[in-house]
Amino acid sequence: MSSEVKKTFVVTRFDPDRDEEPRTDRYEVPVQPDWKVLDALNYIKDEIDSTLAHRWSCRMAVCGSCGMQVDGKPKLTCKDSLANYGDTVTVEPLANFPVVRDLVVEFEGFMEKFKSVKPWIIRAKERAVEEGTHRQSPAELEAFKQFSMCINCMLCYSACPAVSNEPEFAGPAAIALGHRYNLDSRDEGDSERLAAMRDEGFVYACSYANECSEVCPKNVDPAAAVNQSKLLATMDWMKGLVLPRGGK
Amino acid sequence: MVDVHKHDIIIVGGGAAGLRAAIAAVEADPQVSVALVSKVYPMRSHTVSAEGGAAAVARPDDSLEMHGYDTVKGSDFLGDQDVIEYFVEEAPKELTRLEHWGCPWSRNDDGSVATRAFGGMTTKRTWYASDKVGFHMLHSLFQHSMQFDRIVRYDERFVTQLLIEDDGIKGVSALDVRTGNIEVFQARAVILATGGGGKIFPFTTNGNIKTGDGMALAYRNGVPLKDMEFVQYHPTGLPGTGILITEATRGEGGHLINSEGERFLVAYDYGVGNKAELGPRDMISRAIIQEIEAGRGLPGTYGEYVHLDLRHLGEDKIMKRLPFVRELATTYVGVDPVTTPIPIRPVVHYMMGGVDTDIDGLTRVGGLFAAGETACVSLNGANRLGSNSLTECLVFGARAGQRAVALSKETSDGNDVALRKRGFEEQERIDTLRGKKKGGEKLSHVRREMTTSMERGCGVYRTQDTMDATVQEIAQLKGRFADIALQDDSRVFNTEIIAALELGNMLDVAEAVANSAAYRKESRGAHTRRDHPTRDDQNYLHHTLVHFDPAGPRIDTSQVRLGHWEPEERKY
Ligand SMILES: Cc1cc2nc3c(=O)[nH]c(=O)nc-3n(C[C@H](O)[C@H](O)[C@H](O)COP(=O)(O)OP(=O)(O)OC[C@H]3O[C@@H](n4cnc5c(N)ncnc54)[C@H](O)[C@@H]3O)c2cc1C
Ligand code: FES
Repeated sequence: MSSEVKKTFVVTRFDPDRDEEPRTDRYEVPVQPDWKVLDALNYIKDEIDSTLAHRWSCRMAVCGSCGMQVDGKPKLTCKDSLANYGDTVTVEPLANFPVVRDLVVEFEGFMEKFKSVKPWIIRAKERAVEEGTHRQSPAELEAFKQFSMCINCMLCYSACPAVSNEPEFAGPAAIALGHRYNLDSRDEGDSERLAAMRDEGFVYACSYANECSEVCPKNVDPAAAVNQSKLLATMDWMKGLVLPRGGK
Repeated sequence: MVDVHKHDIIIVGGGAAGLRAAIAAVEADPQVSVALVSKVYPMRSHTVSAEGGAAAVARPDDSLEMHGYDTVKGSDFLGDQDVIEYFVEEAPKELTRLEHWGCPWSRNDDGSVATRAFGGMTTKRTWYASDKVGFHMLHSLFQHSMQFDRIVRYDERFVTQLLIEDDGIKGVSALDVRTGNIEVFQARAVILATGGGGKIFPFTTNGNIKTGDGMALAYRNGVPLKDMEFVQYHPTGLPGTGILITEATRGEGGHLINSEGERFLVAYDYGVGNKAELGPRDMISRAIIQEIEAGRGLPGTYGEYVHLDLRHLGEDKIMKRLPFVRELATTYVGVDPVTTPIPIRPVVHYMMGGVDTDIDGLTRVGGLFAAGETACVSLNGANRLGSNSLTECLVFGARAGQRAVALSKETSDGNDVALRKRGFEEQERIDTLRGKKKGGEKLSHVRREMTTSMERGCGVYRTQDTMDATVQEIAQLKGRFADIALQDDSRVFNTEIIAALELGNMLDVAEAVANSAAYRKESRGAHTRRDHPTRDDQNYLHHTLVHFDPAGPRIDTSQVRLGHWEPEERKY
């Protein structure tokens, strides 16, 4: 292909077996006009330095594997066009996560938080297959749909000031997921979830920075989910003062 | 030291098939302990990328008989009819279960589940969640599975060997990507749910992880691969990346247009009749290639293409039903389908073939099952109908999960000492391989030559010469692979050694595809030969089985289970 230009990539490297501190390597890459940041990383891996470690799979912005800091901002690298950048591009691992190696971060903490919001349908009585599907109107679907669009790419954790300050904080994606189930007309588990959310720091550490919603590559609005969850958690608690157990 | 994890059942793979199998297993027996071993976090599995929908009879104007017939005809009569009958019966139940588990299926105004038209299906029976069906199904399954403590996840573990003793499989070994350590997983039944292997081709809708690992593992351990010559080209991929534009675009009314501005499926006879854009994938992919060969393609940086025109659907419908398509076209080819037709080309998408199993998903190795795209239970025959495979993952994932539980009660554990020893040996093998050679040929170059050769020999149109050449080339590449350079000697998250193990697997799968293709001297479904342009039921109405042999693959065949529907000419 024509109109090839060269860009320099400054990439964070870190191998815990060898390095005390992260360092950087510089790579010069001939980039094509339609390339994303991920294409350049794959070029480096295939042609220049096969020791570089990064995660990716779908390269169509849906598996959530390829989040990194590009020029200091959290990006989905398979969606982020290189045309947006200058001659030198820095690529670092996502912020606010421990680094496993190079551009690969540790997810285990998130997976725990994710589970703690009980992200599954909870019902007093399970519905039998013979009873068929639930009726759910398009409006009822709309009520939770956007919060079900999270691809777990973790860009929001990387951008969130509360995640770095408050270890108890469940974080934007996990709260949005819990909220998604609370809003689902098929679910009856909101009291259970909201009770968990009232644990210290769980939702309350959010300082309304709104950074999470700004970096989300899928236009989920986790900030709205966090705010609404705070309110619901408090209301549910007040309801509990009046009734022995809040109903839906 | 090799860590040993003991469970009743091991499921390799956390996509739709693996997760469904895991849930079915713990539902069948709440005491059973399941290891879910996956080389990526389950929600990264490539099921996530499926866009269009999942098929199951849902409407009063539809019937199991019609879904069955469509599937049999779509398969060009190579699907096993007992499997198909079981499938269409279970399909509505499985999709209903998923609804109960939270899948956000799109709805009609009355609150019932909405269905859309899909290629080769006589009526609207494809359930959808806008155009992110795989994403929503995978996340619903994964999230639902989290409530079962008996499903123990081992994420980012790459399975390297099946541990088989005389009376069947007793476990697997896996590389913990994070530490570089080999672990032994011990169990009395193992389900391979490792997905397809589209990455043996250069231009594919498949993600980086789809390297056919489970197929290769089974193949090397005495299980034949079945019907591997049938590789599905999806008609509409974005040039360059191969990113899929779902068939739902045509289900919702989109048109395919050539450089003359003609709807060529209507203007010329491509055998799809008045189904036009809703004909089956094999026929439409061939039509596009013929249009290009007839000089009615449009020139592009990545070869010639034709147009998929959605403009007449209008922005409202596109935003409601196909928002992801708009995002993908805008992001990856800079085209907004609301105002401009999308450039598309046929692209490798799906493997009809896979690990030979019976209707339970059981292979000929005791205790070893396979389900999902990695398996060939013979639902899809020579051509899969779009939206049958997500449902297949659920129906046959569940069945394999249940049968694995039953079987695990009848068999005994493997020999602890022997299994641990295999673990040590595997650790040694991996340690020797890691960073083994600093100079020499690059792994990425061998990989590229493999994919180029596969496209040349086993593309949409095939001939004996080109297939034979690819058979030779793959054999040579296997030799060169043994000698590649590996630079990375770190134990921690060494993605180079993973890529090497994957390439080894892909070469075996490529060998199976090329040899099976070269064997079948007829045209059927997705296997289209210029030198044998018609179907030959007399000589080839049977499955192809390819067996691994260090001296070179061996082909034999097995019977197609016919029944209710007699083979007839496949015309729409
Ligand atoms: C872009 C695209 C769109 C599609 N759209 C549709 C559609 O609309 N409708 C439809 O019916 N079908 C569709 N398909 C096909 C369908 O999505 C797949 O066939 C199906 O999702 C496969 O699921 P699976 O569970 O078998 O495998 P996958 O989802 O691919 O999962 C494989 C799992 O195995 C694991 N694994 C693999 N190798 C190893 C190893 N060595 N060690 C450990 N773990 C391993 C992986 O980590 C992963 O968890 C589409 C396919 C693609 C590519
Ligand atoms: S590679 Fe899947 S989201 Fe980027």
